[in-house]
Amino acid sequence: MDEARPLVELTGTTVRFGATVALDHVDFRMFPGEVHSLMGENGAGKSTLIKALTGALTPDAGTLILDGEARAFHGPHDAQEAGISTVYQEIDLLPNLSIAENILLGREPRRLGMIDGRAMRERARVILHDLGLDLDPAAPLGTHSLAVQQLVAIARAISRDLKVLVLDEPTSSLDLDEVAELFRVIRDLKERGVAILFVSHFLDQVYEICDRITVLRDGALVGEYLTTELLRIDLVQKMLGREASFFKARERVEEAIGSEVAFLSARDLSSGAGIVGANVDVAEGEVLGLAGLLGSGRTELARALTGVDRPDAGIIRIEGEAHALDTPRQALSLGVVYSSENRRSEGLVGDMSIAENIALALQAQRGALRPLSATKVRELATSWVEALDIRPADVDVPVRNLSGGNQQKVMLARLLAISPRFIVLDEPTRGIDVGAKVEIQNLVGEMADNGLSVVFISAELEEVLRVGDRVAILRDGHIVETVASADVDVDSLMALVARPDLPEA
Amino acid sequence: MTAMETAAPAKKGLGERVGTFTNRHASVLPTFAAIAILILLLVGAELYFGNFLTPRNMSALLLDNAYLMILAVGMTFVIVTAGIDLSVGSVMAFTGIFGASLLSSGVPAVITIPVMLVSGALIGLLIGVLVQHFNVQPFIASLAGLFLGRGLAFVVSLSSIRVEDPVVLWLQSTRIRIGDWYITPTGILALLAVAVGAVVMHKTRFGRTVYAVGGSEQSARLMGLKVPRTKVMVYVISGLCGGLAGLVLTAYSGAGYPRNGIGTELDVIAIVVIGGTLLTGGRGYVLGSMIGVFVYGTIKTIISFMGAEQSWTHIIVGLLLLLFIVVQRAIVARSERGS
Amino acid sequence: MRLVKHRLFWPAAALVTLLIVNVVANPNFARITVRDGQLYGALIDILRQSAPLMLVALGMTLVIATRGIDLSVGAVMAVSGAVALTIIDSPSSNPNSLGTVLIAIVVAVLVALVLGAWNGFLVSVLGIQPIIATLVLMLAGRGAALLITDGFITTVNSDPLSFIASGYLLILPFAFFVWLAFVIIVGVIERRTALGMLTEAVGINPEASRLAGVRSRGIIWTAYIASGTLAGIAGVIYAANIKAADANAAGYLIELYAILAVVLGGTSLMGGKFSIAGTVIGVLTVQALDSTILFLGVPPAQSPVFFAVVVILVVLVQSPRVHRWGRSVGARFRHSDGEADAPSSPERQKEVAR
Ligand SMILES: Nc1ncnc2c1ncn2[C@@H]1O[C@H](COP(=O)(O)OP(=O)(O)OP(=O)(O)O)[C@@H](O)[C@H]1O
Ligand SMILES: [Mg+2]
Repeated sequence: MDEARPLVELTGTTVRFGATVALDHVDFRMFPGEVHSLMGENGAGKSTLIKALTGALTPDAGTLILDGEARAFHGPHDAQEAGISTVYQEIDLLPNLSIAENILLGREPRRLGMIDGRAMRERARVILHDLGLDLDPAAPLGTHSLAVQQLVAIARAISRDLKVLVLDEPTSSLDLDEVAELFRVIRDLKERGVAILFVSHFLDQVYEICDRITVLRDGALVGEYLTTELLRIDLVQKMLGREASFFKARERVEEAIGSEVAFLSARDLSSGAGIVGANVDVAEGEVLGLAGLLGSGRTELARALTGVDRPDAGIIRIEGEAHALDTPRQALSLGVVYSSENRRSEGLVGDMSIAENIALALQAQRGALRPLSATKVRELATSWVEALDIRPADVDVPVRNLSGGNQQKVMLARLLAISPRFIVLDEPTRGIDVGAKVEIQNLVGEMADNGLSVVFISAELEEVLRVGDRVAILRDGHIVETVASADVDVDSLMALVARPDLPEA
Repeated sequence: MTAMETAAPAKKGLGERVGTFTNRHASVLPTFAAIAILILLLVGAELYFGNFLTPRNMSALLLDNAYLMILAVGMTFVIVTAGIDLSVGSVMAFTGIFGASLLSSGVPAVITIPVMLVSGALIGLLIGVLVQHFNVQPFIASLAGLFLGRGLAFVVSLSSIRVEDPVVLWLQSTRIRIGDWYITPTGILALLAVAVGAVVMHKTRFGRTVYAVGGSEQSARLMGLKVPRTKVMVYVISGLCGGLAGLVLTAYSGAGYPRNGIGTELDVIAIVVIGGTLLTGGRGYVLGSMIGVFVYGTIKTIISFMGAEQSWTHIIVGLLLLLFIVVQRAIVARSERGS
Repeated sequence: MRLVKHRLFWPAAALVTLLIVNVVANPNFARITVRDGQLYGALIDILRQSAPLMLVALGMTLVIATRGIDLSVGAVMAVSGAVALTIIDSPSSNPNSLGTVLIAIVVAVLVALVLGAWNGFLVSVLGIQPIIATLVLMLAGRGAALLITDGFITTVNSDPLSFIASGYLLILPFAFFVWLAFVIIVGVIERRTALGMLTEAVGINPEASRLAGVRSRGIIWTAYIASGTLAGIAGVIYAANIKAADANAAGYLIELYAILAVVLGGTSLMGGKFSIAGTVIGVLTVQALDSTILFLGVPPAQSPVFFAVVVILVVLVQSPRVHRWGRSVGARFRHSDGEADAPSSPERQKEVAR
């Protein structure tokens, strides 16, 4: 393969955002028929390199050679025409349009100049079917989960003539089945000589599918390696520039607890169709993991517990006393907080600085009339930036420009700043690099050690088991079982999570 | 998860199928609500006045509001991209008076009419270029367009200019009758504008790109759609509709008048929103805007039936608008919760 | 370089340019005469006449920061003017007594406050799109004002009232002090309490703010109440200036001018970060433009065209693309490209990313 001419070759790519150098003379190449992975910490410049490749931004310096020809793209449209098809990391597609349109927009089948709706839906159905999906192509995209949206974006990218397929963290919201399906498609394309760029923070996936790995660190190229010749531990070392910190196992709260000792206990909690009759008990200093497939009601339960959605039925007791948690504000005043899985739309206030974001919940709790002074805000923010190792350490940077992991930490800092007693973390490690992931997991442990009750939600069962003292298993809106983490392993948990419902008795 | 999605449709019962329908068409709800309230208004007015739902009256509804309908079509394009066009009223006034003055100086209608349309489109082009290429907020760019159009109208003439051209007058005076119902060429032009607008919006790539831009401009761009061209085009279309409305209004009133359409831009925005279009973009229908025009026209007709004086006219229009949006909001909120 | 990067640099530059153009066209523009220890001149007139627009634009800034818009300000001005003058004009009261005038003002402003609260209710509680919610009052308000004045233009001769618009305090017009006081009051309330920061948070990301425990509803409501109240005061000043309550002309088109002023001051209509100082600059720009038209003797028929052209020039001056052109021209001029390259990139990136 090495003798072949690279299909894509970027040389000396440099991208600056004001004073930050996001990419510094990076060289990158891809061969036809290979799956290539771009690895690096959050903020290493992976997405920036991808955007430079696909015309989504114009690099400050560097050349691009595609198929032996020097090219300069003036926008994603040019790149698409040239056969580079991309699923961007943060693309939300268009929630207001149908699935079929999201897949085929810009190249809809037409008759007499008019879009042929039926043919379009039919074609979309076939494309989705190839991906193993059976969705209604006419339904608006916005009504579907993040996972489906991600799959639709993938369907859009692979359903055209392509030489290069770029996938920037395509699997961050997907379950194992869907990942398997995607890999099948990737292998298929690889056979046909397509060069595939696959970015993911899941090392397992990278090692399963990729032939070659390029590592970036702080916007600079570290090196290009064959997957077979690079040990995982070396890869992590090259990405971080140091040894990864280890997960600190902590003493577990083992015995099942009843509502007498629970800090928060919910009975018969129901919210919409998402969660029905749930009973939850979490003790002080305990981490309760929530495991379930997508659509099983994990997020709905989290939102009902924390006043984000007003529950339809049920009682929530905090230290034995019943409380109405109808708004996030009420919940916050009782020390019950929720960190959303949807960082950008429900978490961060993008145009505000790190400092303002961290101070927001505390300020809201104090009310508008008791302002935190500017110095106080900075002190508070600086102390949290240090405690959680948020980078950059400049608290005046707008959070919009932070990398995913650091945004997550800012959200945590905001919630921790009000000294909560009960915190629900919904997918706190989604899209987070290996280094920061362990840091966040350790942080959860520390929080629990300090007496905080934590509910930890993740699609990664391994992580749920690792972090949780007990794991509640959700299926179709019901909590079907709660087990001690020590009693199960990943495989048996998987079986519990995925077991189809027995016919109703 | 795949398994769940796969299995779901097969298991769906009737109730869920209704759910699927509302799911698919959630964005039509405000428009449906508008239709329902329009019917209520009409029936209520008929019960109250007794002679409201006459063919004559209903025909006049279209005739009197033809220019609004044309403006609303253009405005729908702009608002669906999450933009706004405040210039429509004054563009209409400018093209109207400009056309009238050309006609009165002996330029034939075959030349005048295209010139009117093009001059409207040019103001739209200016706004579009400011918005797209110079990053000016649509509200401000079109506000400049508003002043420009009005000023140009005054530059053409400070007083009204009568139109005697037979072609233009024919547009208004011809009545095609079906029983007691009638329609004029201006009315046909308005309906045509709606039809063409709806087809372009729903059946062409350009139209779907308009929705895409309104849904998320950033995503639309990353998806490789031609965003800049589309954004400029919607303002050109709105300007073109302004020109056409200028023609229709000039024909309707038999004269060009530089003070026509003062404040019309807000009426048109209200109409478009009543018709179910979201000002935040990405959702809306040209046909909905047509319903909006009928609602608006009906409210006005009701007031003229009541013979209220000027102060009450304002208040009643305001109250009916309020009633309308509150009921519409309630209907939409209820069905959102239900589904 | 740092100065150029300041967010108020371009708005201020536009204002200064406009003033310089005026002075060059007619040096009398800059002339300030002293009569009886009081200052007079075109520039002083701008300070005096900008009072109503300034108050309205202040409120509009807050509403826009919450991602809203308030079209009803003109109608609220009409109502408050009508209420105030009707009270002063009532047979039982003495138009020249300070007490009567004060009561009239207080009642008028309270009515305006209630109208603002009504807008806030529609937007924050019922969740109606702001432009439509405030359109209701924009339409109905003028009708109500007409009702209050019985369809006539109520005129009064009241010295305390006239003083508000045309009186002098020390050497400067009283109206100038009125708006200055409110700029300071609003500035202090927004920036010395956390209200401004919470308002921005709600404007940038309402859902994230709600989850963080911000009382979004209350904050949005407050903004509309402030807007209504300030428009009420503006209405009194306007009525004092023409010594009459004219329900049709009072605050006519002022919502558009106010929005224009807010945007010229660098606040985005998409909500979020706002700048009171920017709004002050924006209002002075709009007012100066108005004076320019009078001062240069632009015929009334052409004045809207002139206005449009200047507005387009001012927004172009603020446009990143034009800055970039300016820089590349400047760089070519200096025959050095390295310097011009670096600062140009963030904007270019942003544009590509848009
Ligand atoms: N629009 C922007 N403005 C300013 N800085 C930016 C912008 N986009 C990215 N950056 C900065 O550029 C650097 C590289 O970001 P990039 O998104 O490429 O990282 P990444 O490797 O994709 O990280 P992740 O794993 O979190 O996706 C980061 O430091 C980021 O803060
Ligand atoms: Mg990335």
